[in-house]
Amino acid sequence: MTLLSITSIDVHYGDFQAIYSLDLHVDEGETLAVIGANGAGKSTLLKTIAGLLRPTSGDIVFDGLNISATPPYRRVPLGIALTPEGRKIFPSLTVEENLKVGAHVKRPGPWTLAAIYDAFPLVADRRHRLGVNLSGGEQQATAIARALMSNPRLLLLDEVSLGLAPVVVEQIYDTLPAITGQGTTVLIVEQDVNLAMKFADRVQCLLEGKSVLEGVPADLTRDQIATAYFGI
Amino acid sequence: MQWLNAVIQGILLGGLYALLAAGLSLMFGVMRIVNLAHGVLAIVAAYIGFVFVNNLGVPWYLAIIIVIPIMAVVGYALQWGLFNRALTKGGLAPLLVAFGLAVVLTQLLQEIFTADNRRIDTGTLATDSIQVTDTIYLGLLPVMTFVVAVLVIAGLQLFLNHTPLGRAMRAASDDPDTVKLMGIDNRQVYALSTALALATVGLAGLFIGMKTQFSPTYGDLVLIFAFEAVIIGGLGSLWGTLAGGMVLGIAQAVGAQINPSYGLLIGNLVFLAILAFRPQGLFPKAVTT
Ligand SMILES: Nc1ncnc2c1ncn2[C@@H]1O[C@H](COP(=O)(O)OP(=O)(O)OP(=O)(O)O)[C@@H](O)[C@H]1O
Ligand SMILES: [Mg+2]
Repeated sequence: MTLLSITSIDVHYGDFQAIYSLDLHVDEGETLAVIGANGAGKSTLLKTIAGLLRPTSGDIVFDGLNISATPPYRRVPLGIALTPEGRKIFPSLTVEENLKVGAHVKRPGPWTLAAIYDAFPLVADRRHRLGVNLSGGEQQATAIARALMSNPRLLLLDEVSLGLAPVVVEQIYDTLPAITGQGTTVLIVEQDVNLAMKFADRVQCLLEGKSVLEGVPADLTRDQIATAYFGI
Repeated sequence: MQWLNAVIQGILLGGLYALLAAGLSLMFGVMRIVNLAHGVLAIVAAYIGFVFVNNLGVPWYLAIIIVIPIMAVVGYALQWGLFNRALTKGGLAPLLVAFGLAVVLTQLLQEIFTADNRRIDTGTLATDSIQVTDTIYLGLLPVMTFVVAVLVIAGLQLFLNHTPLGRAMRAASDDPDTVKLMGIDNRQVYALSTALALATVGLAGLFIGMKTQFSPTYGDLVLIFAFEAVIIGGLGSLWGTLAGGMVLGIAQAVGAQINPSYGLLIGNLVFLAILAFRPQGLFPKAVTT
């Protein structure tokens, strides 16, 4: 079943067009990775799905409901959660308070504080620390945990690996199976193509705001991806 | 003994200033709105209380129970009607809107109530006192005001620290966009913050109206005291605001003890000294973001 279906959306920042007539879909339970170079429009796409940006044309349909004009805070109760680029942990709140704010919309589901602390030992260790005092990896883990607290059906992850040491990236990616294992659909944006190919069921590549390649990792060749990624 | 007495009276007065300042501090803390209409809104509450007590014969304690929710509703409506729009324009817009609101409300009060001095009639409450020693008497109203102020500030702090809405207010203060991603409408959080701020300033306004003569322009003085208390205490901390109110109250009372006309002057000098030598205030917020 298709959980999210996007048809020919255009997204603008003022006069600047960041996304051109983009089509994308995510099936229930699958993990889709969106890859692309800097400025390709990946974060713009996620912000549009979460509702922080509105498409200037085209439709976003989530679970059969057209949400193109739905404000972001009404998309969370529907089951959409975004871990934004830059993590955006609330700095003056403790880790635990960040998680509780994430649970402001109480959708029923497997993710409770206890379940989070079980699955993310790093977060559990730091629960009483203020957001402002977290390392990059701790922030990223907290941001993912915070998004999970709303028990989303669709989890949007933006650049989980950015600026983190490889060991930490591995630690964080190791929690992905625990998330998808609950049946959560994941749309992940990743610059590291190898990571994306390893963890995703399907990848889609953006180039300058357009979708240029889409397929199952096993079916795609290195050359195809390089061409789509760099546009050469 | 006179000096001790002055300090004690100053502390009690400081409670009122802190109660006045708490809402100003809250609105700035959550939305970065400098509400220049804060003082006149206190006086609006005093006039509403005046109508209920002096004109309609409602006892003062009932008037308090009536006026607080009225002010909360006014705050909620003001936020949706004016400030939420102004915030989307950014920059100076909220400040200018607040300034405009202050001017309009002051004029409106002049129009309805004239410039005459008024006072909320509380019978003997304003003159009753408790004798502590041979020379120290505590006014019942100042003591009551002080106790209520401390309770309100403690309650606000507990509310901000330990309730979902309080957490949402602090989160919205940190990052209004990210709060939306948590399923929270930041404009609604703002409206409830302003409702809370006006409920507390309304209460302070009633105490002022019971304690002294007021007129439509009295809000200017009230605004200055509230600002001074917030700045002395340090932005973003309600306990700091309470301390700031007390420092201001003590300075004014001790100043008045030196010479009755020095009260306000000394208060302002202490404020300026703090601004010059400790601009972050006495108890600044631990986290700066
Ligand atoms: N707030 C903004 N205002 C104007 N233009 C923007 C804004 N945010 C992004 N853009 C532009 O939109 C385009 C797409 O940006 P976006 O952030 O979506 O790229 P990205 O694929 O996420 O890149 P990165 O990998 O660097 O995060 C870029 O050209 C960028 O300069
Ligand atoms: Mg990005």
